[in-house]
Amino acid sequence: MTHRSFFSFMLPSLLAMFLFIVLPTGSIIVQSFYTEHGKALSLAENCGPFGCEQTTHIDLAITEELREEAPLGKFNGLGTYLDRAHLAVDEISKIFEESESAGEVVSRIYNLPFYKALSFTIAYTFFATPLAMMVGFLVAMAVNNIPKKIKGPVIFLSLLPYIVTPLIGSLTLFWMINSNGIIGATLQFIFNDPDLSLKASPVLTWVTLIVYGIWHMAPFPFVVYYAGLQTIPQDTMESAMIDGASKWERIRYVVIPHLFPLTTFLALVLMMDNFRIFEPIVGFSAEANATSLSWSIYNDLNGQVDKLYGSAASTSVLTVICVVILLIPVLLRTWRSFKQKNPDGSAS
Amino acid sequence: MIIAASPADSKSNKTSVIAFALLAIWLVVAAFPFLWTLWGSFKVEADFFSRQTWENALYGVKTLQATGSAFTMDGYEGAWIDREFWRAFLNTAIVTVSVTAISLVFGTLGGYALSRSRKKYVFWILIAALVFRAMPHITLVSGYLMPFFEMNIWGALPTSIIVLVAINQPFTLWMLHSFFLSIPKDLDESAMVDGCTRFQAFRLAVMPVMWPGVITTGLFSFLLSYNDFAVTSMLLSQDNQTMVPKINSFLGTVQSDGAIMYAVAAVVSATVPLFMLVMFFQRYIVSGLTAGAVKG
Amino acid sequence: MTRLCALATVCLLPLICASNFAAAECGIESGSVRVLSNDIDSLGVVLNEARQCVSDTVNVRINRTTEHKSIQVSALAIDPAIYSVAMVSTNTLPPLLSAGLVRPLDEYVEKYGQDLKPDQLIKIDGKTVAIAFMANSQHLFMRGDILSDLGIPPPKTYQEVLNAARTIKEAGIMKYPLAAAYEAGWYLGNEFVNNYLGLGGQFFEPGSAEPSINNPKGVQVLQLMKEMTEYMPPEYLTLTADDLKKLYLDGKVAIINQWGSMVNSHLDPNGAAPEISDATLIAPAPTLGGYDIPAAALWWDGFTIAKNVSDEDAEASFRAMMYGMRSSVANEHPNAATWLIKGYQAPEGAKGVLDTISSGGRPYPMNPFMGIMHAALGSELTDFMQGRESAEQALADVEAAYRTSARASGFLD
Repeated sequence: MTHRSFFSFMLPSLLAMFLFIVLPTGSIIVQSFYTEHGKALSLAENCGPFGCEQTTHIDLAITEELREEAPLGKFNGLGTYLDRAHLAVDEISKIFEESESAGEVVSRIYNLPFYKALSFTIAYTFFATPLAMMVGFLVAMAVNNIPKKIKGPVIFLSLLPYIVTPLIGSLTLFWMINSNGIIGATLQFIFNDPDLSLKASPVLTWVTLIVYGIWHMAPFPFVVYYAGLQTIPQDTMESAMIDGASKWERIRYVVIPHLFPLTTFLALVLMMDNFRIFEPIVGFSAEANATSLSWSIYNDLNGQVDKLYGSAASTSVLTVICVVILLIPVLLRTWRSFKQKNPDGSAS
Repeated sequence: MIIAASPADSKSNKTSVIAFALLAIWLVVAAFPFLWTLWGSFKVEADFFSRQTWENALYGVKTLQATGSAFTMDGYEGAWIDREFWRAFLNTAIVTVSVTAISLVFGTLGGYALSRSRKKYVFWILIAALVFRAMPHITLVSGYLMPFFEMNIWGALPTSIIVLVAINQPFTLWMLHSFFLSIPKDLDESAMVDGCTRFQAFRLAVMPVMWPGVITTGLFSFLLSYNDFAVTSMLLSQDNQTMVPKINSFLGTVQSDGAIMYAVAAVVSATVPLFMLVMFFQRYIVSGLTAGAVKG
Repeated sequence: MTRLCALATVCLLPLICASNFAAAECGIESGSVRVLSNDIDSLGVVLNEARQCVSDTVNVRINRTTEHKSIQVSALAIDPAIYSVAMVSTNTLPPLLSAGLVRPLDEYVEKYGQDLKPDQLIKIDGKTVAIAFMANSQHLFMRGDILSDLGIPPPKTYQEVLNAARTIKEAGIMKYPLAAAYEAGWYLGNEFVNNYLGLGGQFFEPGSAEPSINNPKGVQVLQLMKEMTEYMPPEYLTLTADDLKKLYLDGKVAIINQWGSMVNSHLDPNGAAPEISDATLIAPAPTLGGYDIPAAALWWDGFTIAKNVSDEDAEASFRAMMYGMRSSVANEHPNAATWLIKGYQAPEGAKGVLDTISSGGRPYPMNPFMGIMHAALGSELTDFMQGRESAEQALADVEAAYRTSARASGFLD
C-alpha cells in the first residue's frame, strides 16, 4: 500500500485520535510537572446561619498576583511523582532504614496510597484477565455446538454481565452479597458461618472484586472468540476430520491456532481494561480494602470538592507507564509476528 | 455443527453433555443477577434492598403492605413519567447510533489500511494507539472541560459523540485490524489486478466478507458508548443526559427517597432494546463468514 | 432530528404558558438565569419555583446534575460564565471562593432581600458571598420502644449510647444495636469531623493551613469510633447513610446518628416500616467527652452568583432565586428540608436538626483546605478502623496525606 493511500484511509481516525487523545495527553504530561501557584492566606470573620467564626481564607488580591506571575503554576519537576501520594521515595527510604523485618517493610509500603492501589490493580489484572478469557473461550466453544434455534437467546443471556451498566450491576450484586442478601446468606449457609461477610475482610473483598471482574468481562472474549470460530474455514476442518483427527486434536491444531491472533488482541485489550478497574470499587464500597490507580485518579479529580490536577496527571502518567511495562511481552510478540509477515517492512 | 456431527468420536457424547452442563451453569451465573433485578424492579425499595432477608424481594412482603399488591409499577412510573427517562432514552439512542456509525466508518478505513500496509510505521501507529488507550478516560475528560466551555460546545450531544468516537478509536482500530488480517490479501489484490482502485477493492471485494467482524466491532462500540459514564456524565448538560448518568442521578445522594427503584426499573428497561439488537444481529454474526467462503 | 425538536417545544409550551402570571410576580424585566445545581429533591423545590420566572424576556435554564461539583469551577471561570447561579453548600462554596469566581451580593440583598433573615447571609469579612436557605445536620434516631422496655432513658452522650448498646446486646434483642455511616471515604471522614468538632477540636493552626489533628482529642475521637464498631455489623466500613436507613427500618439496629434530611423516610407512617417509624424518637446529636456540643457538623445549602456574568443577568438571577425561596414555598413543602426561610413553620420532623443547632452544634469548617483534610481523613483512617495500626499512626498518616495534597494545591510550601 502506498503512503498516500495509507494516510488517506487513516486520516479520519488519526485526526480524531490526535485531537482528543494526543493533545490532551500532552497537556496532562505538562501538568504533571507543576503544582498550583502559592496561595496567600489571611484570617477573616466568617458568618452564617450558625454564628460567626474567625476562619482562614485566601487573600485573593495577593494570590492573583502570584497566579499572573506563573499561570501554569509552580514548576515542580518530578516532585509530584516522588511525593507521598505517588512513588513516595522519601517515605520508602525511611521505611528501609527503620524497619527490622521484611514483613514490616512490606506492610509499611502497602500503607502508602500509591502502592496500595498498585498492588490491587496488578493482582486484579493478573487474575481476572486469563480467567475471563478462559471462561469466554469455553462458553464460545459450547455455544458453537448448540442448535441454531436457541443460539440467539443464549448469546443474549451470555452478554448480560457485560451489558448491564457496571454502576448498577455492581450495586445489585453488592446488595446480593450482603449478609442478608441472597448470595451472602447462601454462602453463610454453605460454610455454616453466620458471621461470614464478604465485605468485611480484605481478602474476601479482593476475591469478590476479582470474581465480579471475571463475570463482567467474560462476555467480551466470548463474543470475539465466537465470531472467530465462525471464520474457521470449513474445508480445513473437514480435511482434519478426514485425516482422522479427534475432537481434541482438532481444537488443539486447528481451532486454537486459528484463534491465536484474536487471543493476542483480547489479552491486550482485557489487560488494559482490567488495569483501569474503577467502577466496582465504588459500587462495592471497597475503598477500605482495595483501591486502584484509576480510583486514585478519580478520587483526585471528582471524589472530593477540590481537584488535584497535578496529582491526577502524575498518577495517569504512571498508569500509562505501568500499562506499557505490562504489555511489553505482548508488544514484542506482535513486533516479531509483524516482522515475520512483513519482511520488507524495513524497506520503507 | 461439524464438530458434533463427527462419528469418529466415542467421547463425543460425553463431552457434549459436559459442554451443555457447563453452558447451563454459565447461563445461570451470567443471567441470574439480571433476572433478580428484573423481578425486583416490580417491588418497593424496602423489599428489593431488604436488610431483613432476601426472601422479601422474592415475595414482596413490604410491597404488599405498601401498595396492596405483590407487584408494583412505581419504579417504572417514577422513572419514565416523573423523571422523564424517555428523554435520556432518546439521547442514548442518538449518541450510541451515531458513535457506532462514525466509529465503524473511521475504523474500517483505518483498520483496513493498517492490515494491508507493510510499512514499519503501521506497527508504531498500532502501538501508539494502544498506549494512548491506557490513559484513563477520566483524566482526558477533565482536560476537555475548559476548552469545551470556552468554545461553548460543552453539554451538546455532538461533542460527546465525537469524543466517544475518538477515545474508542484505538479499540475499534485494533479489533477491525485483527479481523481484516484474517481476510486473505489475495482477495483485494486480485480485485486490483482486475482494475479496481484501492478504495473500490476495499468496498467491493473486502467489505462484503467483513460483516461478522464489522458487526462484532459495532456491537462493542455500541456497548461502550451505551455504558459510558466518564464522558457522558461530565460533558452533557441535564437536558442532553444519556441513560447511564441519568440512572446515576436517580441513585443520587442521600436525600432522595425511593429513587433507587427508579434506577433499577430504568436499568431493566434500558436492557430491552439491547435484547432486540442482539437477537437481530446474532444471525449475521453466525451466518456471515462461513458462507462468504474465504477461499481466495 | 426535526421531530425531536418539535417534541421538546411541545413539552415546554405548557410551562411557559402557565408561568406568565408568575413571571410578572418575579418582577424581572429581562436577563438570563442559568443555574448549576446538585440533583436532589429539596433543591428541586426551590428551582422549580425559580423556573416560573420565565417570560418573553427572561430565560431560565437549570442544570441539575450529580457532577455539579466537578464542573462548577471550570464553568464559572470562563467569561461570560456558563452559569449565573451555582447552588452551593458549606463545602462546595470554598472552591469557588478560592478561585475568586463569586460576586459580592450586598447590593442585591439591600435591593431585593427584604425577606431574608440576617442569618441567611453567608458573610466573609463583612461581604455577603452566598445566601443560605436550608440547614442540615445529623442527629439521633432511636427505637423508643426498645429503650423503654429495657428502662433506658434516651441517651444524650456517646457514653450513654454505648451503654444502651451494651444493654440491648446483652438482653439479646439485637446482635448489632448500633450503626453509623462509616463507609471508607467521605462518610468516614465526616464522622471524624463530627466527633472532633464535638470535642471542640481545631483542625488547623489558626491563620495557616498547617494541620493540627494529631493530638489527644484526635486520639479520643478515634477510640470512640473504634469502640462504636464493637456494636456495629462487621461490614461497618461499607455503610452509607442509605444503608443506615435500611438497617434501621428493617429493625436490625436501634440507635443511629442519621442525616436530618432523611427524617421523612424514617418517620413516614405509610413508609417501609410504620411500626418502627411510630416508635422512633428523635433527639439532637449526642455529646462526648464531657463537652456539651452536639457531635454533628452543621451544614447549610444555598446559592451564590457568578462573578463573570453581566450585571443584568446577575440581578435577574438573584431575583429569580428570591422568588424560588419565598416563605410560601417553604410552607408548601415543610417536609422537603429544614428551611432557614423567614416565616417557615417547622414541623415535628425538623426538630432534630433545629435542636442540634440550638443546643450549640458547630458548623462544618468553611475554609479553603477543609476539603483536602476531609479527603485525607476518609482514606487514611481505614487501617486504624480495621485494627491494623495505632490511632497515633493513623493521625500521622492523615497529616502526611493532607500535607502532600495541600502542597500540590499551593496551601503549604
